[in-house]
Amino acid sequence: MLKALKLEPQHCTGCMQCEMACSYENEGVFNPAKSRIKVFTFHEAGRFAPYTCTQCEEAWCMHACPVEAITLNAQTGAKEVADAVCVGCKVCTIACPFGTVNYNQATGKVIKCDLCGGDPWCAKACPTGAITWTDADQTGFQRMYAWAQQSPAGEASYILPQKKDPAAYGPSA
Amino acid sequence: MDHVIVGAGPAGIIAAETLRKHDTDCGITIIGDEPEPPYSRMAIPYLLAKQIDEAGTYLRKHDRHFDELGIEIVRDRVTGVDATANSLALESGASRGFDKLLIATGSRPATPPIDGVASPGVLPCWTLCDARRIIEWARPGAEVVLIGAGFIGCIILEALATRGATLTVVESADRMVARMMNATSANLIRKWCEHKGVTVHTGATVTAIEQGRAGGTLAVALDNGTTLNANLVITATGVNPNIEFLDGSGIDTAQGMRVNNQLQSSVADIYAAGDVAEGIDFSTGGHAVHAIQPTAAEHGRIAASNMAGHTSRYHGSVIMNVLDTMGLISSSFGLWDGADGGDATELVDPARYRYLNLQFEDDRLVGANSLGVTEHIGVIRGLIQTRVKLGKWKDKLMQDPTRVMEAYVARTQAIGYNAHVL
Amino acid sequence: MSWTKNVLRVDLTSRNVNREPLNMEWAQEYLGQRGLATRYLVEEVDPMVDALSPDNKLILTTGPLTGTMASTGGRYSVVTKSPLTGAVACSNSGGYIGAELKAAGWDMIIVEGSAPSPVYLYLENDHAELVDAGEIWGTSVWATDQWLHTRYQDPLLRIACVGRAAEQGCLYAGVINDLYRAAGRSGVGTVMASKNLKAVACRGTLGVGNIKDPARFLTATAQGKQVLAENAVTGQGLPTYGTQVLMNVINEMGALPTRNMREVQFEGAHKISGEAMHEPRATDGKPNLTTNAACFGCTIACGRISTMDQGHFTIEHKPQYWGASGGLEYEAAWALGTDTGVDDLEALTYANYLCNEDGFDPISFGSTVAAAMELYGMGVITTEDTGGVDFSFGSAKALARAAEMTATGEGFGKVLGMGSRRLCEKYGHPDLSMTVKSQEFPAYDPRGIQGMGLAYATSNRGACHLRGYTVASEVLGIPEKTDPLVTEGKAELVKAFQDATAAVDSSGLCIFTTFAWTLDDIAPQIDAACEGDWNMDKLLEVGERIWNLERDFNLRAGLTGKDDTLPKRLRKEAANVGPAKGMVNELEQMLPRYYEIRGWTPDGTITEETRTRLGL
Repeated sequence: MLKALKLEPQHCTGCMQCEMACSYENEGVFNPAKSRIKVFTFHEAGRFAPYTCTQCEEAWCMHACPVEAITLNAQTGAKEVADAVCVGCKVCTIACPFGTVNYNQATGKVIKCDLCGGDPWCAKACPTGAITWTDADQTGFQRMYAWAQQSPAGEASYILPQKKDPAAYGPSA
Repeated sequence: MDHVIVGAGPAGIIAAETLRKHDTDCGITIIGDEPEPPYSRMAIPYLLAKQIDEAGTYLRKHDRHFDELGIEIVRDRVTGVDATANSLALESGASRGFDKLLIATGSRPATPPIDGVASPGVLPCWTLCDARRIIEWARPGAEVVLIGAGFIGCIILEALATRGATLTVVESADRMVARMMNATSANLIRKWCEHKGVTVHTGATVTAIEQGRAGGTLAVALDNGTTLNANLVITATGVNPNIEFLDGSGIDTAQGMRVNNQLQSSVADIYAAGDVAEGIDFSTGGHAVHAIQPTAAEHGRIAASNMAGHTSRYHGSVIMNVLDTMGLISSSFGLWDGADGGDATELVDPARYRYLNLQFEDDRLVGANSLGVTEHIGVIRGLIQTRVKLGKWKDKLMQDPTRVMEAYVARTQAIGYNAHVL
Repeated sequence: MSWTKNVLRVDLTSRNVNREPLNMEWAQEYLGQRGLATRYLVEEVDPMVDALSPDNKLILTTGPLTGTMASTGGRYSVVTKSPLTGAVACSNSGGYIGAELKAAGWDMIIVEGSAPSPVYLYLENDHAELVDAGEIWGTSVWATDQWLHTRYQDPLLRIACVGRAAEQGCLYAGVINDLYRAAGRSGVGTVMASKNLKAVACRGTLGVGNIKDPARFLTATAQGKQVLAENAVTGQGLPTYGTQVLMNVINEMGALPTRNMREVQFEGAHKISGEAMHEPRATDGKPNLTTNAACFGCTIACGRISTMDQGHFTIEHKPQYWGASGGLEYEAAWALGTDTGVDDLEALTYANYLCNEDGFDPISFGSTVAAAMELYGMGVITTEDTGGVDFSFGSAKALARAAEMTATGEGFGKVLGMGSRRLCEKYGHPDLSMTVKSQEFPAYDPRGIQGMGLAYATSNRGACHLRGYTVASEVLGIPEKTDPLVTEGKAELVKAFQDATAAVDSSGLCIFTTFAWTLDDIAPQIDAACEGDWNMDKLLEVGERIWNLERDFNLRAGLTGKDDTLPKRLRKEAANVGPAKGMVNELEQMLPRYYEIRGWTPDGTITEETRTRLGL
């Protein structure tokens, strides 16, 4: 079954483990500035929200690419950037209405979430279950919306770390 | 069903591929008049900059891509359309029938009405053929004059500088990229270019191009009295849709080929997509030619759906551009020049070449200009095109427009409703 | 490696900023952060200097694990000579700025001299510049934060700055980062303000990449995270209740210092506890606590984010406080509440907001207010001194006004800003100051937790729970339970905690991990990241070296063994109720043994033998 990243902001504590995992896996450096997933902080509301590419059906970035540098990985559903093909024209960065394709001035290429080839590190690193790698049909925005609506306004939320096998964080075999 | 597509640019190619997805059996023929495999004009600046070879500009990288999809590509040029007989006249003398026709002939550079514009050493920058000649002429130390400081003029500056050319830009408008950027940001782009060693003339028109005194050079005369020496003159004064061959066909044209929200022309079996189409402008609701890559791609897909019998309606294209001028990245979206009665906010940081301008209508974002800001920039399109009501976030953005991504996440994700406080 | 090996030296007097290589020999001996910065301080600052003179230096420092994926790897410290204590100061903070400094490529920023007019330091990776701060001088931390974010059009700019309290000379002003995280103790912010340095604004996009053995590091840190998640304190107690989980626990064991430490149990504890923060308020039906929150890299997430009751008297006309912000930690709730006898949770939250907004230490502030309240009760301080405010124990109004006045240095706030010792001396009752080495006590009564008495008395930065938290053992049984009411074995316990803590504080990790982690959990993470061999024994040795280095600085600053003491009240006035009823702290039973195992002389100086052993 096709899997997808499920983001549940109500579980996020803003720890940035996902950003570090992402940047380390993809850039070899612990560097939130190079992460494809971003955690947004809403200070006045006391809320955090992880956010990244949803690998949307419309694939605005992929269709807008003039040189076929963004292609669909049929196994994971990810729209992947081929660095060797990307010319750095940045059209995908304005075409993506979710703002999740970014230009990396250092390399002259664009970067976006590629689901780590089907083993996304952000989900492995998330200590609270705000980011999970789960069956695709359980992800939709509507479900998140419905959940959020049920959540009684004002009740204190406290987010507990989940017990995880340390192997879960490690490099995939 | 026999589908014919005129034009082998992105709109035509994406339409052909989309048709094949919808219908595995139909005939699909693309008629293109250039000798190369389908390629992207968007990639030419990177070819000039030696980042890629010609194959790097090709729209599809796999040799047998079109064969495998059963898409026939014919090299020819359509000279006329008989809309009642569903037939095309070709330059080769043949004619070609069709059940459904997509016109995706794109646009071509305007030739400025200047004496001597046909001289050797005066070129547009549009096709691979042009690119080869520019590469030949723009040798190290060459003096290059660009007529027009629009999108194309700006985006090839870096490539030409990389090739060691000395650059002068002549623009008749009062600023650079006047059709994309407002005065504040355009002036910063100018400052940036000048800092990088480019000479910029604005509000100046080229009156004549003559053979210069020195062998092989050109003398470019401006109406401000300046005469510039040039080894190469590149004209980049805008593009016009290729619609002349439609004359007499009865197909409705204005600036481009008029299409409805299904990309259908005034003739039921004939569609248009990309630079040639005068489609619906999302921001104004009226018709406009949006000669940009994302619109070409969307047009191609939607036109093809409709040609294949799957009714697909288009809400119109948002005009948007992203431009890299010698490393300074600018972008524009929608009504960047403002909406009647709408609010606007801007942040200017000239020292760091950063600029952001947001335009609102009520509490919705309708346009933007940015400079030096690239992170999450696409979300501006998202906010415009989904007409997100910003609520309290409008005031936050009025105070700090850089929080545009936060505004989007807050207003569209569950988080925004979670606490009922955003 | 993990160190960036870059030090930024900022000379405010000449406005020069320069990069220099990190002393890697010292890094092997002192690890980073607290230890390494102290090594630089000792090298460069005469311990006798006036802490508020240009001759003092201020060091902002990260640890080798700061900015990495190790859980809690986001810490940074501010090291200087303290104006409050005259001793070495090292205040540790979380939030995001530590990781940002590291990602910008800096292990350490050494600030020296004094700017002729207010400036702030702007860092963007290797670009560093001093910028005029005229527009933000005289404004709060929160206003400064907003101004800088607007100025640089960058929501991800991380900011550490001082508020008006520091500018006004409050001796326990902190350096606040990320709006509500604080290098809070010992007046490190006062030093920063004395140098006319308003803020450090940093954006780092280089990241931390130089990990010695990446695969082993990921495994070691993952194992560490699992231990934290499975531990009852770090996996449940702290995320749910924050450090406030302790309020009811410590109260029940009769070790909750109450009303300037006159008593050891507080009848209102349950109203201001971690549990109370979850309870819907009678007024608006909403709880004080909005959510928990993590610092950079932290998988515990003990941070409190609170939202106040908009109708509360402190903020009903101040909508700027209606949004969520950093809420009460245990020490703050204790100092602002228990020690002043105030049981109004909202008033405590308000005072805590002001501590963040204008940058002053809620522990020292609350304790100073408590001392003033006791003196008020005695008639020594009157409404003439307080500007007409009734300063009785238990008065929420007095607490709120005191915070407002201290924030801006107006009226009686100027006196409160001197700290408890100076305030009590001013009014002729030095014995009523609940301080060690002029720094105010935190929230554990050493009559009910004997080991803490020794920890306080010998702490190198004055009374402090974070220099040797024997509460872990004596109350929580971590790593093993000891009897809080006995003195036997406490010298050894205190030394072990002090040394281990010094090592952890030098790594970039948070001390709260040690509720679950021992050095056995931490050493593999450091070893996988850093060049050199880092095992538990080496870390303990580094910790002991750091402890002695700090001690040496203090001795040379004029402190002596006589300063290793406790206020008379804790040694002479017995606990009135609870399990420790009838007990005082038996410091003199522990101190000689402590000196002995430290390798110090009976009067508390470091022997040559110990110096040689540790390579001082």
